[in-house]
Amino acid sequence: MDGATRLRPGSTAPAVEAVGLVKRFGATRALDGLDLIVPAGLVYGLLGPNGAGKTTTVRILATLLAPDAGTARVLGHDLVSEAAAVRRRIALAGQSATVDDDLTGRENLVFLGRLAGLGRRAAGARAVGLLTAFGLEQAAGKQVKTYSGGMRRRLDLAASLIAAADLYFLDEPTTGLDSASRAQAHQIIRALAASGATVLLTTQYLEEADQLASRIAVIDQGVIAAEGTPGELKAATGTGTLRIRLADPAHRPRALELLTPLLGHPAAAAADPVMLTAAIPAARSAPAPSEQAAAALALLARAGISVGEFALGQPSLDEVFIALTSSDSNTERHS
Amino acid sequence: MTTGAAEIATLGTPDLPVLPARPRPQPPGAMAASAAFGWRALVKIKHVPEQLFDVIAIPVVFTLMFTYLFGGALAGSTHRYLQFILPGTLVMAVLLVSMYAGVGLNTDIARGLADRFRSLPIWRLAPITGALLGDIARYLLAAGLVAGLGLAIGFRPAGGAPGMLAGIGLLLVFALSLSWAWTTLGLVMRTPQAVMSTGTVVLFPLTLASNVFVRPQTMPGWLQAFVKINPVSHLVDAERGLLAGHPPPGQIALVLLASGALIAVFAPLTAWLYGRHQ
Repeated sequence: MDGATRLRPGSTAPAVEAVGLVKRFGATRALDGLDLIVPAGLVYGLLGPNGAGKTTTVRILATLLAPDAGTARVLGHDLVSEAAAVRRRIALAGQSATVDDDLTGRENLVFLGRLAGLGRRAAGARAVGLLTAFGLEQAAGKQVKTYSGGMRRRLDLAASLIAAADLYFLDEPTTGLDSASRAQAHQIIRALAASGATVLLTTQYLEEADQLASRIAVIDQGVIAAEGTPGELKAATGTGTLRIRLADPAHRPRALELLTPLLGHPAAAAADPVMLTAAIPAARSAPAPSEQAAAALALLARAGISVGEFALGQPSLDEVFIALTSSDSNTERHS
Repeated sequence: MTTGAAEIATLGTPDLPVLPARPRPQPPGAMAASAAFGWRALVKIKHVPEQLFDVIAIPVVFTLMFTYLFGGALAGSTHRYLQFILPGTLVMAVLLVSMYAGVGLNTDIARGLADRFRSLPIWRLAPITGALLGDIARYLLAAGLVAGLGLAIGFRPAGGAPGMLAGIGLLLVFALSLSWAWTTLGLVMRTPQAVMSTGTVVLFPLTLASNVFVRPQTMPGWLQAFVKINPVSHLVDAERGLLAGHPPPGQIALVLLASGALIAVFAPLTAWLYGRHQ
């Protein structure tokens, strides 16, 4: 009955604590000293280009692959010496797990239900429920080899939901899904986290990480290039943009004169005669973008220039991602 | 917790929830997990029957061809020759089908299914022991097909039904033991096709250079020497005796000894290879 007592991992203990993970495949270092802390009870995004080490990380944390160096604890259990205890509390979907092509959709779920410890009847009922929820009831009796890519992904995601887990590894679960199925997958992922579980989500979609993940780690060439909330990542890299609408177009030349030395970047006149834009530098040593924006507005006010409207925009996560993962040796990029 | 209509649609109903129930059920024991894999193997026979018939075609064709083409010349009459060849082709059929133990395991690994199994809280060897349980059905089907064909065209073993059951029983024991050699091979080779062709390269000399089709007395000395040490020959002798109602204790003991040796060598090897992280 350990399931009940372990229902919610303590909010203080991280779901994943990995230190210095190294994995070599021949001459390639897939992981090159990866450190990762995933707090419990939230959706955590692992974001990176193909070949960055996302799937290798998931395979190691799901006990499928032994690291060449480094240690990791998953839900408080040592990955190597307590692998069986880890397996009792995790679920896996996506690239690292799959379903049986020769069996039908229903047979796959019944079979995996039995392996999860459900009785014959409970496994059958669970299969029906999941097939219905994922819109696969029409295809339930057909062999999976006849399924489309999107149907396979939905069945695969359904399979990972057969039995409750404290940590779900979802390895690119939405790749190949249409927008309606993706929206449903997003809703389920949020509901999993709301129920107290932790979801480690790998994705190539920046937008998906931005929408779903409370924290994101950007992985590149086998190490974590950056980690934080989506907002922190945006704030830490790239530049914000201040947009100002003046009350009087006649004030614009004077306003541009004032702002350029303050922000250290030339302010620009927009096509609209009352608009001007200024890039806000976001170097770590510089004040927060909001402070710089406030200083700019105060300066204009002291000069007697009235402002009709202003906006401070964050860089997109796309810009952050490109900035963090750009390097000469890794030019292949995913859109 | 308020739940809107849209959420009910995607998150299921109280009767059919999408999110899993807590607490998570206790993981199945080694027997229950093996039984689940055995069930999967049976379902596969239903969905992919060609896996059975591909290899069983050979012993069926050999039975018919040797009996009607050469039977008269070899044994004086096709009827007499059929009594001689059928226990041999029965052995051949089941041994050829046993190769699929390795092919199936390799396919699971190649397709990534083994990864999902490894991430589950089940006995690590359950995928293999379960597949062997399913193989019993496959071996019975293969044996039944060849024995049925034999009976239909005039095979009349003196041992009757008890002899037939005993013969198939011994054949099952040997085939299941040999299966561990195939699972070892399945874990070493890169593709299912490679397992299949390597298995064929091993099995065909063993079944052809034996006493399956002709008595070894007319063979050259060096070939007789091989036929004598070939375990398939001893298995075929044991089968002929059992089917004829005169069980040969020496041959049966040899077959059981060979079975034990196969398990002693290849079961631990399979377990070690499968448990090893790749």
